[in-house]
Amino acid sequence: MPPVRILVPIKRVIDYAVRPRVNKAQTAVETAGVKHSMNPFDELSVEESVRIREKKRAPGGVEDICVFSAGPPKAQDVLRTAMAMGADRAIHVEIKDGEDLEPLTVAKLLHKTATEQKSNLIILGKQSIDDDAAQTGPMLAGLLGWAQATQASNVEFGEDGFVTVTKEVDGGVETIRAKLPMVITTDLRLNKPRYASLPNIMKAKKKPIIKTTLADFGIENVKRLKVLKVTEPPARQGGEKVQDVDSFIGKLKELACRA
Amino acid sequence: MLARQFTPLNRLSSLRIVSSLKYSAFSGSRFLSTIAILEQRDGQLLKGSLSAFTAAKRLGGTIHGFVAGTNVSAASEEAAKVDGVDQIIKVENELYEKGLPEVFAPLVVENIKKGNYTHVIGGHSSFGKSMLPRVAALLDSQQVSDVTTIEDDKTFVRSIYAGNAIATVESSDSIKIITIRGTAFAPDTSTSGSSQIVEGVDPNAHAPAEWVSEDLATSSRPDLATASKVVSGGRGLKSKEQFEDVILPLADALGAAVGASRAAVDNGYADNSLQVGQTGKVVAPGLYLAVGISGAIQHLAGMKDSKVIAAIDKDADAPIFQVADVGLVGDLFEKVPELTQKVKTK
Repeated sequence: MPPVRILVPIKRVIDYAVRPRVNKAQTAVETAGVKHSMNPFDELSVEESVRIREKKRAPGGVEDICVFSAGPPKAQDVLRTAMAMGADRAIHVEIKDGEDLEPLTVAKLLHKTATEQKSNLIILGKQSIDDDAAQTGPMLAGLLGWAQATQASNVEFGEDGFVTVTKEVDGGVETIRAKLPMVITTDLRLNKPRYASLPNIMKAKKKPIIKTTLADFGIENVKRLKVLKVTEPPARQGGEKVQDVDSFIGKLKELACRA
Repeated sequence: MLARQFTPLNRLSSLRIVSSLKYSAFSGSRFLSTIAILEQRDGQLLKGSLSAFTAAKRLGGTIHGFVAGTNVSAASEEAAKVDGVDQIIKVENELYEKGLPEVFAPLVVENIKKGNYTHVIGGHSSFGKSMLPRVAALLDSQQVSDVTTIEDDKTFVRSIYAGNAIATVESSDSIKIITIRGTAFAPDTSTSGSSQIVEGVDPNAHAPAEWVSEDLATSSRPDLATASKVVSGGRGLKSKEQFEDVILPLADALGAAVGASRAAVDNGYADNSLQVGQTGKVVAPGLYLAVGISGAIQHLAGMKDSKVIAAIDKDADAPIFQVADVGLVGDLFEKVPELTQKVKTK
């Protein structure tokens, strides 16, 4: 097996614990002044990459772990976090504040990046918790023509050159195998991401971030989907609280008639 | 693409569209044609995938179904019986049996090109999620994921931020690829149709990945994604044994499917495939009964479209009570067995 060169695309999103609010103009979710962090599934991707190296799971060794983010200047924060977790270096495609990219555009950026960086394993989150599209990984695999394993809960390297991946699917799990190069997307059960330690956060400040722009890739931020409006979902009204089972059953019967 | 409407093949199909205009909800859908990607397992059509036909009928225009695998005759015949479907395209080839996206996506792409479809619809299932974005990339189209409402042939509604916001988007792609949320489009199981079954094109592409095995949870209980009642357990159950002792009898007494919160799954009380939420299944049953679930936003994303939400939790301030139509405040280890008993003897 050739040495593994891992590319880990990560995204800066509104923190998962924050309840997002739609802006007054109903054009988007309010992001100004809201706590942001690394997309939780991307933390799993970084963790898995670092573990592959630490546990010497890849027979050919891990030559490079490069994290990538396309986002506003502050996306550098999540790149630093990833490097504090153990990534070697970072690429930042800087996008203006308030702009975003569609998954297809991100997949095209990553297609070029993977080729330039000679990556042979790309580990992404299965979806970002803001747009919930779940597209970038399979789109990228399609553009590259590589094997893909989505929603991975286990990744094993064999001596025979095959990478065997257990995927979470509707109703259970499915196992597939492929030789590198391949694209893997991570699911919750893959690992428990580590916290970056203070010394590692300090060390990460010295690791290199290559700054680029869309123009460097010859890619424009084309929007195929025009957002016409963003609204709050209809609010549910909490109903009655009861203290005993009989009133609970009575109320349920009443609701069942109405529903 | 521009030349498309002048090809003889398309002129033929546009004639057909006029006859099926009665299904069209919108004007201007004269050249609209949809291919609905169906799923099968061991030759059995997955009923849930028939939601794609329901969504296709919202678009109007001609509707073709697509199914591929080892032995798909029975599945294609069943799909051909759905009302308002114009044609079923089938491809018999072992290569496609397990739905590996590396070969299934090029197969779908070739059949889309051959049929000049304007719309491609599949379920936002694990198969749809892994295969259709690959198709979209190969066709240079920006997919619209997990659509809950189709407003017209280019305007779609979907939830973002774990269901905390609803976005209406308009697609400018010439081939619109969408995955749909099954619970928002009831599967069309009508059986009085009689569409023609034809062989699709088969590119027989090289597979860079191979299928090894699967381990699917078998259960006599209703399927979580489509059940009319769901009983879900959370962290409050405290152990796998107690989850099984408390939740399963209640689910069985109600004839309900079993679900779980992420906390219950992460702690090993329940199988991963039972997780309800942003990162698990999205359900919308008639009754959702949450037991020992606090109601984090990621969980609510998976169940807040249920018709009736009921909750049992000892913490009267738990967020779940803000969305529950009825809440029972109390110790679940006392209340649930009592409830189970009373449901049984009713």
